[in-house]
Amino acid sequence: MSRAGDFKRRMPEASSHLRRPVSLSQRLHMDLPLLLGLFLVTAYGLFVLYSASGQDWHYVKRQAIFFCIAYGAMFVAAQIRLNTYRYWAPWFYAMGVGLLVLVIFFGVGAKGAQRWLSLGGFRFQPAEVLKLAMPLMVAAYLSQRILPPNFKHVFVTLVLVSIPTLLIMKQPDLGTSILVATSGLLALFFAGLRWRYIFGAVGLLLASVWPIWNFVLHTYQQQRILTLFNPEADKLGSGWNIIQSKTAIGSGGLEGKGWLNGTQSQLNFLPESHTDFIIAVLAEEHGLLGVLYLFAIYALIIGRGLWLAFNAQDTFGRLLAGSIVFTFFIYVFVNVGMVSGLLPVVGVPLPLVSHGGTSIVTLMAGFGIVMAIGTKKK
Amino acid sequence: MKKKRTQQVVISVVRWRFALVIALLAAALCVLVLHLAGLQVVPGEDKGFEFLQSQGNARTLRTQSLSANRGVITDRNGEPLAVSTPVISLWANPAELKADTPAVAPLAKSLGISQKNLQAKLNRYANKEFVYLKRHMAPQEAEQILSHGWSGVYGRTEYQRFYPAGETAAHVVGFTNIDDSGQEGLELAFDDWLSGRPGSKRVLKDLKGRIVKDVGLLQAPEAGKDLRLSLDLRIQYLAYRELKEAVIQHGAKGGSIVLLDVRTGEILAMANQPAYNPNERSRLNVASLRNRAIIDQFEPGSTMKPLTVMAALETGRYSPRTLINTSPGHIRVGKKTLRDPKNYGLIDLTKVITKSSQVGVTKIALDIEPNLIRDMYERVGLGQSTGVGFPGENVGVLPNRSRWTDIQRANFAFGHGVSLTALQLAQAYAVIASQGEKRDVSLLYRNDVPEGERVIDRDISQKMIAMLKTVVSPEGTAKRAQMDSYSAAGKTGTIHKIGAGGYASDRYQAVFAGMAPAENPRIVGVVVVDEPTSGQYFGGLVAAPVFSAVAEGALRLMHVTPTIISSSKGGPLS
Repeated sequence: MSRAGDFKRRMPEASSHLRRPVSLSQRLHMDLPLLLGLFLVTAYGLFVLYSASGQDWHYVKRQAIFFCIAYGAMFVAAQIRLNTYRYWAPWFYAMGVGLLVLVIFFGVGAKGAQRWLSLGGFRFQPAEVLKLAMPLMVAAYLSQRILPPNFKHVFVTLVLVSIPTLLIMKQPDLGTSILVATSGLLALFFAGLRWRYIFGAVGLLLASVWPIWNFVLHTYQQQRILTLFNPEADKLGSGWNIIQSKTAIGSGGLEGKGWLNGTQSQLNFLPESHTDFIIAVLAEEHGLLGVLYLFAIYALIIGRGLWLAFNAQDTFGRLLAGSIVFTFFIYVFVNVGMVSGLLPVVGVPLPLVSHGGTSIVTLMAGFGIVMAIGTKKK
Repeated sequence: MKKKRTQQVVISVVRWRFALVIALLAAALCVLVLHLAGLQVVPGEDKGFEFLQSQGNARTLRTQSLSANRGVITDRNGEPLAVSTPVISLWANPAELKADTPAVAPLAKSLGISQKNLQAKLNRYANKEFVYLKRHMAPQEAEQILSHGWSGVYGRTEYQRFYPAGETAAHVVGFTNIDDSGQEGLELAFDDWLSGRPGSKRVLKDLKGRIVKDVGLLQAPEAGKDLRLSLDLRIQYLAYRELKEAVIQHGAKGGSIVLLDVRTGEILAMANQPAYNPNERSRLNVASLRNRAIIDQFEPGSTMKPLTVMAALETGRYSPRTLINTSPGHIRVGKKTLRDPKNYGLIDLTKVITKSSQVGVTKIALDIEPNLIRDMYERVGLGQSTGVGFPGENVGVLPNRSRWTDIQRANFAFGHGVSLTALQLAQAYAVIASQGEKRDVSLLYRNDVPEGERVIDRDISQKMIAMLKTVVSPEGTAKRAQMDSYSAAGKTGTIHKIGAGGYASDRYQAVFAGMAPAENPRIVGVVVVDEPTSGQYFGGLVAAPVFSAVAEGALRLMHVTPTIISSSKGGPLS
């Protein structure tokens, strides 16, 4: 400290332009390690997708276009000042909730769920907006309060979390609602939520398992959970997906069958092979080693993200970045958990690998926000 | 100041929570990795990767059979009698090719069936993965349909049997069904030998049962082994042609001819009427499928008289010169009167054979022990298999009695009350022709001639051949069996067929059993013509000419030196 300081002090006033130059990446608000991790995972994702889609260039091209859009969104998100985020957070949140309400009336659906809004031929899922709006809102709200939050603030936060969560659950989209709720609750947790609240909530949760099971969950959701514990009971129905994906994963072994050589995935036995179940394709063709490689990249992204969050300049940034990065991890965990038969099937894609537009764009925009937090002062 | 302190507390709280979060993340990651490792690298019979791998394979790996080329059947000189040519059978996977697929219309058109039929077929097998569209198509035709690339339409190579000799050798060779397995004749008898072993390959099938790719050959198909028959196609053709001509000429119901090689027991020719074309079996008359020469039994009649006479010679009380009084041309045995065509008077034993005297043979039969005759019949093969190994072979009937009435003794002596097949008759005459040695007969080419079993004394056989030669002389019953270049010996038979309630008076079988050349017989032939209707029915008139034509041709083809130097046919010496 002192020697560098002495050196600085001795510098002539006029030579301030000789101060340590700001690097290009810093000027562009890009965090290089995080960017490297994202590049690696998207490249690997395209590679796996080509195989998972049945060697269909159409999907790969579409996905590549989405990646370009997503990197653009990330770059833009990284340039925006934190105060701007903080200022616009409530409006963004309100807009998201408004769109969710619109979905109830004007939404278009598929497979018994009403999740999309159609705008002139372009379809998107408003629930994705909440994946960013929720942590922004909660972080913005809590960062302006005295921490750790008192009961009133916790209560307000819970209301903020539950409104969109319930709207999304209504669509129904259990997977996304869990992710959205988690992102809000994580911000609350990082804000220093007292343990008594946490234990109280866990107790409440356990107590509510029975009523939730009987009154909240749809039959197909119950079915999924039951199937998880005993997939063999309904081999051709709801157990089919899990049995096929476990078979695919297991038959990959340590080294896998080789790219494009997975029989389960290439021969259409594996359902949703290019979207939610893509990890099974990867596991079958590249084996446990391929999975570990993917996990290593994810670990790099998450680790770097948490480091940036931890070193954030202020509480807002810390809560926001922490929530975004941790939600990313939840994504991975829930997806891999459900495909490998550890968790119920709840329709969560494997982040940055599964085919699908909106989720990629929101994820990358989220990392753009993390980079904004990591590379710039208020 | 207070705010600053709160800030610090918050920071430490946050730092502490970050650590907790990272620990949680790491723990969760470990759980995931351990779980995946449990699926992927821990072997286990019921849930580890070995189990899951086998599960995966069970879904996708299928074994497909590969048709093996069936062995070729040839005659003794290598002329093909049955060959397999590759053809393509088109099949469909109804899971892919649905009845409402647009491709169905053009497909039906190129298959030459109506679209409705094809749709009905696809609907009927809608929950199956395999249905034949059309079998055994010419490869070019099938390739043309396959070249459209209609999904769910596949071709599979099979082999179709073709019989170059057609009707000529149909009864011996038999035929296969559409699945290439033998149904009749030697195709059936030697099915295992001919069919070889089908191979197999592994293929990957997807969810819809489509064959995605060949993984590899498990076992190459093992082609069936070839079968070389004893038949000589040239002689066979001759025999077939002459028999058919005789059957047509005499308006007969059917007929058989068998030609044996005396030295080896090989069957050189065997043909029947009616016959069928094994290449065109859509309108097949079941009655024409029978290889009558081996399957149908008949009463041999007078062709047994030489055996009775040999039994008499063996007693030592008879010689070819022994005189027998056949006057007045009939004899009463029990309630029946047996007649000769005319009164031959006092004749020797040779003459009894030459004229086929009923009275003479009856007197001999009543003179000697009846079981001597039966014993003779049995020694030359009656009532037993000829050893040919042909499916459905009949062994005939050789009764065994402890008490014989006179009429039974007489009847038995001239071949009533016993039955045999044409092949058995040929084998019996081959014993005489080979001077007393009996051999199993064979439809397969013989490299090594099996040692014959001596059943009759050489001297007695020779005497009998000499006696049989007189039958073919101008004064015998079979002068029409004479040949231009070779001397012949033989015996005729004309048998009343057995109908409802005894012997039918107007239905006959004309039989001739002979050998040539008489001095040193090389071939034995038996000709049976069933129910000639055009007036002539004597064996000597109906069956003997067939023998003479076939035997003459056969001996020439076998390069046997002619025994008669013909001077009657306008040669330079005449």
